[in-house]
Amino acid sequence: MSNVSVDAKQSATNEQPQSSNRRKFLTVATSVIGGVGAVGAAVPFVASWNPSAKAKAAGADIEVDISGVSPGQLIRVMWRSKPVWIVRRTPELLQSLESIEGQLRDPNSEQEQQPAYAQNRYRSIKEEYLVLVGICTHLGCSPQHLTEGAFAEYAEGVPEGFFCPCHGSKFDMAGRVFQGVPAPLNLVVPPYQFLTDTTLLIGSDA
Amino acid sequence: MNGLLKWIEQRIPMMRVANMHAIQYPAPVNMNFWYVFGFLATIVLVNQIVTGIWLTMSFEPSAERAFASVEYIMREVDYGWLIRYMHSTGASAFFIVVYMHMFRGMIYGSYQKPRELLWVFGMLIYLALMAEAFMGYVLPWGQMSYWGAQVIVSLFSAIPVIGPDLVIWIQGDYVISGATLNRFFALHVIALPLVIVILVFLHIIALHEVGSNNPDGIAIKHKKGALAEEDKTPYKIHEYYTDKYDIADDVVPFFPHIVLKDLVAFSIFLAGFAFIMFFLPEMGGYFLERPNFEIANPLKTPEHIFPVWYFTPFYAILKAVPDKLFGVLAMFGAIAALFALPWIDRGNVRSWRYRSGLHTWNLIIFAIVFVFLGYLGGTPQADWKIVASQILTVMYFGFFGLLWIYSKNEKTTPVPERITK
Repeated sequence: MSNVSVDAKQSATNEQPQSSNRRKFLTVATSVIGGVGAVGAAVPFVASWNPSAKAKAAGADIEVDISGVSPGQLIRVMWRSKPVWIVRRTPELLQSLESIEGQLRDPNSEQEQQPAYAQNRYRSIKEEYLVLVGICTHLGCSPQHLTEGAFAEYAEGVPEGFFCPCHGSKFDMAGRVFQGVPAPLNLVVPPYQFLTDTTLLIGSDA
Repeated sequence: MNGLLKWIEQRIPMMRVANMHAIQYPAPVNMNFWYVFGFLATIVLVNQIVTGIWLTMSFEPSAERAFASVEYIMREVDYGWLIRYMHSTGASAFFIVVYMHMFRGMIYGSYQKPRELLWVFGMLIYLALMAEAFMGYVLPWGQMSYWGAQVIVSLFSAIPVIGPDLVIWIQGDYVISGATLNRFFALHVIALPLVIVILVFLHIIALHEVGSNNPDGIAIKHKKGALAEEDKTPYKIHEYYTDKYDIADDVVPFFPHIVLKDLVAFSIFLAGFAFIMFFLPEMGGYFLERPNFEIANPLKTPEHIFPVWYFTPFYAILKAVPDKLFGVLAMFGAIAALFALPWIDRGNVRSWRYRSGLHTWNLIIFAIVFVFLGYLGGTPQADWKIVASQILTVMYFGFFGLLWIYSKNEKTTPVPERITK
């Protein structure tokens, strides 16, 4: 009886290397296949955090009638649930934009915060009309439009501009950021085009 | 009755666990005032879970209904105001006790070897708690909920290359929206509470493995055979501890001795908690900020945006750095430095009682800097505040730098063999 069991043990030990290799292979193969399955199973969970079809549809282009905007006025519209400002700038204001360029971080709009057609001093297609996403490039607050000298309190000698109440970032009337504030970049100019002289399409280029 | 208990015990080790972790757990006899905050944190956690469950019964997690459903809870649900104020006051109370608990760990060196992992679990709890509190604050969908979420989520946009897409993925939309609110609700009520409860469990298991530290920062467990019979504790201590160590006559069983002491602290805490909850639930705009009584409006930023008080020290660090990416890095670095504390401190004397005067002052100044940063991060912007927060940010990190330097060859006083009575 005892001989039999010793033999059985022996033969089991002899087979150990082979069976251990097979076992190792099976373990690795199962882990790899299982790992692939786990990654595959994670895909829907990660992807379900993307904007839904409804959210994407709500992010479509918008048309804005600007015939009623008087010189100096700022109107707000919603695009992708973000505030977009349209400002009709006065000739005096346009002239003043050059004189403050020494105080700006990126006066020539070298950082890609605007479509190529808005990479100019006025950061716009038509000098008169400024179109900006009204979200501070620091941490996403919406800056205030300060006029009639109220802005001079924050930037000496500049009568008008945008001031972010969250962390004190300042922008001029072309959305260009001042030096020495937390916001790193100029305000974003969204893609837009003029459908007619008084109708804007915000969201896509010509 | 005994028969029933025996029947259960043979099938699940109820009494064994209770004895090992409470009734016969050796707690240092000199645990003082500073040692009540772990207990209080546990109580507050239970409060948050229970009141949270009740709030979900009436809260509606959607951008259209969230704000109104909170008003409904406050005005129309019986005792809804009480349950909500228990939850909102509890959130601030949680951070008060957790900050005290962390500072206790710092002054008595409770993070030093062999308690490094215990400290890291604690820091993970703190991190999960911050995420939990942040998402909870978004749920009422007031102006500060919305704009606070905007600021915090935008932090991720500072990550190079993937940042902007990551933000859209987190938001589930091109802006903070109802989709964001709903997922934060899911994380706030299911995912993070589970994570926190599991981490608390691990924190306690790790604590009981290495043993509680004490104000002297010395061991109460000695090598087997190191203590004479009359130096060993007369109390019944669980074999789990006595089999491996000689336990000095420096301990009391956790239950009832420490629990009763903690209950005294709890009753005092409860009095303060009830006072705030009934008379100052908004705490002058610090616990519940005033702009949050207005519904979220994506087109109008409140004049001043602050996080709730418990985040303001880190917020001040963020604002102090005039560069977006480095500001975010500094802010997370401030938390990472705390994680690394067990390895930054190269000393082997734990308690500030026996360490250098420099260490004592370093700790006191660190606490003051932390509070003052909190003040700067929670009040409106001003030029002097930027400079002040830059100086204080340097001082905040200076604590860790100094500690690393002097702890190597620190002049310490002799540590007692046994707990000083």
